[in-house]
Amino acid sequence: MAESQSLVAHHFSTLEQEHDAETMGMWVFLATEVLFFGGLFSVYTVYRVIFPGAWDAGSRILDLNLGTLNTAVLLGSSLTMALALHAAKLGNRRTMVFFLMVTASLGTLFLGVKGLEYYHKYTEHLLPGLGFQLPNGMPVQVGLFLRMYFVMTALHAFHLFVGVGLVLVLAVFGWRGKFTPLKHSPVELIGLYWHFVDIVWIFLFPLLYLIDRS
Amino acid sequence: MSQETTSSVRTLILAFLGLMVLLALTVWGSFIDVGAWRATVAVVVAIAKALIVMIFFMHLKGSNRLIWTVAGAGFVWLSFLLVLTIGDFVTRVPVGPGP
Amino acid sequence: METTLSESKPNYLNISTTIRSWLLTTDHKRIGILYLVSVIFFFAIAGTAAAMMRLELLTPRGNLVQPETYNKLFTMHGVIMVWFFMIPAIPAVLGNFFIPMMIGARDVAFPRLNLASWYVFIVGAIFTMGAVVTGGIDTGWTFYVPYSTLYSNTSVVIATAGVFIVGFSSIFTGINFIVTIHKMRAPGMTWFRLPLFVWSNYANSLIMVLATPILAITVLLIGLDHAFGIGFFDPSTGGDPILYQHLFWFYSHPAVYIMILPAMGVVSELISAFSRSRVFGYKVVAFSSLAIAALGFMVWGHHMFVSGQSPYASTVFSFLSFVVAVPSAIKVFNWTATLNKGHISFKTPMLYALGFIGLFTVGGLTGVMLASLAFDVHVTDTYFVVAHFHYIMVGSTVMAFLGGMHYWFPKITGKMYPERWGQFSAIIIFVGFNLTFFPQFILGLEGMPRRYYAYPPEFQVLNVASTAGASILAVGYILPLLYLVWSVFKGAPAPGNPWNSPSLEWQSTSPPPKDNFEEPPVVTHEAYDYSQMAQAQGALDG
Repeated sequence: MAESQSLVAHHFSTLEQEHDAETMGMWVFLATEVLFFGGLFSVYTVYRVIFPGAWDAGSRILDLNLGTLNTAVLLGSSLTMALALHAAKLGNRRTMVFFLMVTASLGTLFLGVKGLEYYHKYTEHLLPGLGFQLPNGMPVQVGLFLRMYFVMTALHAFHLFVGVGLVLVLAVFGWRGKFTPLKHSPVELIGLYWHFVDIVWIFLFPLLYLIDRS
Repeated sequence: MSQETTSSVRTLILAFLGLMVLLALTVWGSFIDVGAWRATVAVVVAIAKALIVMIFFMHLKGSNRLIWTVAGAGFVWLSFLLVLTIGDFVTRVPVGPGP
Repeated sequence: METTLSESKPNYLNISTTIRSWLLTTDHKRIGILYLVSVIFFFAIAGTAAAMMRLELLTPRGNLVQPETYNKLFTMHGVIMVWFFMIPAIPAVLGNFFIPMMIGARDVAFPRLNLASWYVFIVGAIFTMGAVVTGGIDTGWTFYVPYSTLYSNTSVVIATAGVFIVGFSSIFTGINFIVTIHKMRAPGMTWFRLPLFVWSNYANSLIMVLATPILAITVLLIGLDHAFGIGFFDPSTGGDPILYQHLFWFYSHPAVYIMILPAMGVVSELISAFSRSRVFGYKVVAFSSLAIAALGFMVWGHHMFVSGQSPYASTVFSFLSFVVAVPSAIKVFNWTATLNKGHISFKTPMLYALGFIGLFTVGGLTGVMLASLAFDVHVTDTYFVVAHFHYIMVGSTVMAFLGGMHYWFPKITGKMYPERWGQFSAIIIFVGFNLTFFPQFILGLEGMPRRYYAYPPEFQVLNVASTAGASILAVGYILPLLYLVWSVFKGAPAPGNPWNSPSLEWQSTSPPPKDNFEEPPVVTHEAYDYSQMAQAQGALDG
């Protein structure tokens, strides 16, 4: 126990207290993020309620194939992140770093696909602010839907970008042997953040892409 | 080290497969005309997927009640915003021409 | 009672005196002082804006400043007071300093996050001051659309960036306090042995954490809209300006509870200490704090009664606003009952606490009046509302802040303040405050609108009275600044427990050592156990 005692930060009494506090702290931070994105979801919901037709039409403009692919990619990245944490708990350095790198790669793939979608919208003159032109006959509120789509997915993409950066930092530290079965909180905490970003997309995908394709 | 149950690799992979099944379900379901239930179905499936991620990947399964409360608090508070705001919009009455 | 001179023992102040040791500190006590200096600076700036407004309002016609300038003055007064004084003052100064000590911990759960929250505060302040020096903003602190997004040509983007950033300072502090109070209590310190100051700050931290993210997304949308024309709230693309108001007030109403809950926590400590009684109905007061935190999220629509919101929604919000007044009223009753048969001493902190109770009652009751739809539609956007919220913010929160600063001054600095100057200033502030803001209730009832730089001549007498009061109030604020700073250097050395209070922060030296206690405490009694302090009773008299 003396060895673990020297690992504890000086304002904590035990490693367990430190771990509990850090975990709780990250969950509280994620609660704030739920509300941060929640504000946007609220705006989305209000407008969906009052402009259902425009929301249906707008949803059909989005690329279902790329959206579905991205969803699968992000769900997979959550699996690999969880596997990385599993490896960290067991002290398997190489496995942990491998899964961290796969997680970061999948996240980057998502961002690339998203960029491709944005580019497609730009060439179709559906990127607000850059030669935006709705097809004839579409109500002006479809433009509102597209604005929501871009802001919501861009905010999500920004969070994912930060996440990829953090996971890469974890991989570097992990490779250098900084994490042990006894002390690997950054892997766990950043993992929680990563899963949260995945959950945001889990809601974004059906709400944006799957409104009405019947 | 705190005592949380570590999900086995098998559990994690099963959870992932469950997520993929739900993904297929929700995409396929969007092509079926369920009328006014579209939004509900989509959100219910999304909640199911989110719960799988939270319980298995985020270790809610091995966590104490405090963490469960924190995990839920954000959503509960968001519901205050959603319910009362939408309540305003759906109860708006048209204003007449005045005296 | 030992006399501890700050020069003799190592404490958190003298342990290192370099600038680097202050700017890179992770000691919650030093961070509290960093915040103290910052919030006082911004209080002075926002107060100067108010002084200029009151000078303009001496005469019915606008003649001191341009109308656009007046709009910028009331906007900056609001923005700076709300985000750079009212919200951080008690939690980030007194909360930071004393929550770890009151629970018997060595520091908060995340000391580096604590320092980060101060730096984030400063960066947010730099952006907001940047908005001031690049011409100011004239949208009101409420940034209503479509003016702020489509029509105002002032520094809206810089200002909203500043507000966005400073919000994270609140969030970091809130996360820190919540985890600290849950996880770092000393052995024996159960939840119901905590001082009520800790309960209030806990409830307040819940609000900071749950409400501020909505502010963040809202000002982000405003900033993006102004900069890139995103148009979420633009009617020409289907947007609804009232939706902006819903989002804005979903944060900003709980924000006012952020501004009052910590103040209530201070008052619980002061009333108890200076009547030598345990707070009456401890558990009820504790749960009232939580009730205010929860209910405070469900009443925001009372700021929107005349906005075009549905009358059914307005009715629900009105009813819930009546309900949220109840826990606040319960606290007032409990404080009064604490005073009953107590051994009362009218030291400076007690004067501020008693002033708080009276002024908070007026502010709270006028709030209930405003919650009535039929009354509100007549006085909305008049000086009645302005008077109401200043009775709460200035008459209550600022008084509690000053009371707390005096009460804990010996602990923070190791010096005593001059008692007579303290009492004198408290009375000046009370008189000045009432003369400033009571006439504004009458002005509002008579119909004078807020945010106007000119008014009909029949309102002049009351406006002159209000400005006269403001000058007295200004004197009242400058006095403590002077004598407290003087006392830091020349004050009489303070003992460890000058007020003979039982809570943990007083069971340490003044000023405390870096790790707060010589030895980690073990708690065996409840929060306000004065029977233990009875033998030193005589020290407090006279």
